[in-house]
Amino acid sequence: MLSLIPLFPLLGFVVNSTLGRRLPKAVSGGLASLAMLASFLVSAVVVWQLAGMAPEERVLDERLYTWIASGDFTVDLAFRLDALSAVMILVVTGIGFLIHVYSTAYMHEETDGEYARYFSYLNLFAFFMLVLVLGASFLVMFVGWEGVGLCSYLLIGFWFTKKSAADAGKKAFVVNRIGDWAFILGMLLIATRIGSLDFVRVAEAVAGMPVETTFGVLSIASLLLFIGATGKSAQIPLYVWLPDAMEGPTPVSALIHAATMVTAGVYMIGRNAVLFSHAPGVLEMVAVIGAATALMAGTIGIVQNDIKRVLAYSTVSQLGYMFLAMGVGAFGAGIFHLYTHAFFKALLFLGSGAVIHALHGEQDIRNMGGLKRALPITYWTFLIGSLAIAGVPLLSGFFSKDEILFETFHTGHTLLWVVGALTSLLTATYMFRLVFLTFHGERRHGPSEHPEEEEHGVHHGHLHDAPAAMAFALVILAIGSIVAGYVGVPHALGGHNSLGEWLAPAFHVGGEAAESATVGEEGSLEITLMLVSSAIAVFGIGLAWFLWRKRQDIVDSLSRRFAGVHRVLLNKYYVDEAYDATIVQPIRVISQEGLWRGFDVRVVDGAVNGVGSIVTGGAWTLRRLQSGSVRAYAGSLFVGVVLVLGYYLWR
Amino acid sequence: MIPLGHFLILSAILFAIGSAGVFMRRNLITILLSIEIMLNAVNLTFIAFGRHLGRVDGQIIVAFVMTVAAAEAAVGLAIIVALYRHRESLNPEAFTSLKW
Repeated sequence: MLSLIPLFPLLGFVVNSTLGRRLPKAVSGGLASLAMLASFLVSAVVVWQLAGMAPEERVLDERLYTWIASGDFTVDLAFRLDALSAVMILVVTGIGFLIHVYSTAYMHEETDGEYARYFSYLNLFAFFMLVLVLGASFLVMFVGWEGVGLCSYLLIGFWFTKKSAADAGKKAFVVNRIGDWAFILGMLLIATRIGSLDFVRVAEAVAGMPVETTFGVLSIASLLLFIGATGKSAQIPLYVWLPDAMEGPTPVSALIHAATMVTAGVYMIGRNAVLFSHAPGVLEMVAVIGAATALMAGTIGIVQNDIKRVLAYSTVSQLGYMFLAMGVGAFGAGIFHLYTHAFFKALLFLGSGAVIHALHGEQDIRNMGGLKRALPITYWTFLIGSLAIAGVPLLSGFFSKDEILFETFHTGHTLLWVVGALTSLLTATYMFRLVFLTFHGERRHGPSEHPEEEEHGVHHGHLHDAPAAMAFALVILAIGSIVAGYVGVPHALGGHNSLGEWLAPAFHVGGEAAESATVGEEGSLEITLMLVSSAIAVFGIGLAWFLWRKRQDIVDSLSRRFAGVHRVLLNKYYVDEAYDATIVQPIRVISQEGLWRGFDVRVVDGAVNGVGSIVTGGAWTLRRLQSGSVRAYAGSLFVGVVLVLGYYLWR
Repeated sequence: MIPLGHFLILSAILFAIGSAGVFMRRNLITILLSIEIMLNAVNLTFIAFGRHLGRVDGQIIVAFVMTVAAAEAAVGLAIIVALYRHRESLNPEAFTSLKW
């Protein structure tokens, strides 16, 4: 039953990649969406089964075959469904399905072959993502881990004739490789030290070891795994690929670079909660990196002008939140935020996609504005998504973000809490800057700047709102963004954190269940913090309204006054330039001058050519001996015989 | 009775004459003749040893060598005729085109 879940998208991929060219769009797109729907339904059924079990026994195993057997060391190709992966498969298949439906309309301008290629990649991605979350061992997970990286590369570079898209794809792939390298090392370390790669057996073995206060084997292993996670989940220092990944089609950004793939690192840490809990030093590092990434990406997001880039930095920032939660040991809260974030970030990306679609490829928010009336569905759903991500009370983002901030404060990380709260303010501000600049005010771009619009016969006021398939996905996701949080209402509000309880056994951490039972003093602390973060959200929105609706002049004068800061932020702290100067260029120079012109040309080619010229030179001298005169040959033969005989006779 | 040493010395002298002819003469036919002299020097050695040892093996080999020499002379002369038609010359130095 479990293997059916990834099987459907795989079938969709096989059909679309082989026959897709000849299929009409309705068939190839419909087939891909159906595969996702089927896989969602199967997931729902198995999760329902899982829910029917006793909380401590909620594990479904399915072993397909033994993949590697070498002495005592075996790796099975096995899938395992537990509380954690249940959440993940529902998110991946559910949101994946909606994004497939959305894509059928969004990608409609492509040719049949390209359309099928797009959907085959999308289905392949879903397959690998499901393998990643269902895999019962590191190695199976790694197959999915690499597979989603591949699909990410293929989809970022989907419009590969555009150089920037092809470059962005390569960048994503190369940066991910750096993380994967660490992931492999971590995996090998675990395999050699623990002798198994199965998550449960590793967790059991680690649980028997003492918590490492110094930097030991478990710390190294978890640090390496974490570096892998920073690559996949776009954290400092490997986050640089994600903003560039926005070169891909917008639904891809929604599915891969916001809702699912980039959360794989968070999922992986959750999966190895026991391992990470035994390395508190590394966990601390996770929290600090997460918070730093959240803050940094938030500050960049506030000045960017490309609608998708703002969302991309927002994603990096929210992923930072999740890592912050993981780092302070609140694994449940991190996964909760992962789950709510999947809804509202997918919604926001799809909403931005609808805007871009309506404006025929325009992505610069400075050229937008006043779209509220023309695109009502997009506007309202986008607004809901923004409210949710900003952390306005009673929407999904509020509950999850609040839980993270509470856990951070509760575990004594006051400084990280301040950073988190500041990021929360930034989030609310840049999201509503986006809303106000895109949908409110007057339209700011004249038709003369875009002659191609005239050709299409599109004029002001004739913008078309999202077509049915896109509107469907937007509305469902908007509903999800509102209600998704209610599975984890904190006790302090008289609710019941059922998601926390559901996940607790998956982390095998004893303290988790106790944490959710906050009462009395802690309850009031939680309510206080909740009020603070609500106030922050509302203040952030108000600030955005004041700055970008009321007094645009203040923004302008601020950016003039602090031109240096503004430029640094606009150029993303020059991190790309710094990486280029410190890593890319030195590698290029060493490769070109040292390895290519130095070693390859001089040493390798030199050795080969040298042998060749020695032989040629020798032969050129020796060939003089072949004079063609038979008498000379006979003479040398005669002399030789005389010498040999003479030697034997006179010896 | 003539001792074995005399035969061998005569044979060596004949062989030396033959070799000198092969290397020094500038006429292919003369060279062929010189080769015959060398062959007969060897034949003489065989015969001498055969008699000295009282066995017929030497004479049998000489019979073979004479047969082969006759055949070789026929083939050799035929080649020389062909070469002469080709180059209008019997000088071996004219036939050195098979080189580097």
